[in-house]
Amino acid sequence: MSQFDRFRQPIKNARGLGSAKDGVHHFIVQRVTAVALLFLSIYLIVFVVGLIGADYASARAAVAQPCNAVLLIAFLIASIWHGELGLQVIIEDYVHTPWLALTSRLVIKFVCVLVALASILAVVRIALGA
Amino acid sequence: MVTSILHRATGIVLALGSLLVAAALLALASGPEAWGKVVALATSWYGLVVLVGWTWCLAYHWLNGIRHLLQDAGLGYSIERFVANSWISVIGSFVLTAAVWFVVYARGGIA
Repeated sequence: MSQFDRFRQPIKNARGLGSAKDGVHHFIVQRVTAVALLFLSIYLIVFVVGLIGADYASARAAVAQPCNAVLLIAFLIASIWHGELGLQVIIEDYVHTPWLALTSRLVIKFVCVLVALASILAVVRIALGA
Repeated sequence: MVTSILHRATGIVLALGSLLVAAALLALASGPEAWGKVVALATSWYGLVVLVGWTWCLAYHWLNGIRHLLQDAGLGYSIERFVANSWISVIGSFVLTAAVWFVVYARGGIA
């Protein structure tokens, strides 16, 4: 490795860009959302277990609480984003047919964005009483 | 090796699970009838199987995720430590799942 180091411009390391051209952004976001989810998933379990036995009106009222609505939306964004990045890595590792890899990545990305938008809209509608 | 494959497998299950979370939230937003269907599904025997399975996947992915974050920091790479803390993920995930469902049943169960 070291015999090649003199051919690399220092700016290359400073930018952190590899052959993928977007550096470590994917890696960082996957870890940041992971740390957020360590806390948010505990919150989600406590929230859902707390809803046991609740009727429709009280379940709706619980989600409508501003604190719960914000944390639920944070959970939805972090988990769906984390999931999309994770599924992308799995496809990159196991799907070696270029068109199939591209197509499945696009489908997963679109589904993730739609699921995120739909579920966030549902929480917002509940929170605003619409 | 097995823990890594399980991390991915549980990750895929959890990604599919977010479809169910989204469906439940949409049902809650749309009205009592739709929410009633969610409750009926969640309290059926197959709903229970899915929920317990989902709890285990989350528990495993959560514990093994902490392990991966620590490994990213360069910790726990000696072979005996690596094997020992992989058992924390496996056994701990069953302990966490049992703990959550103990609380569920202490609160009167989901039915």
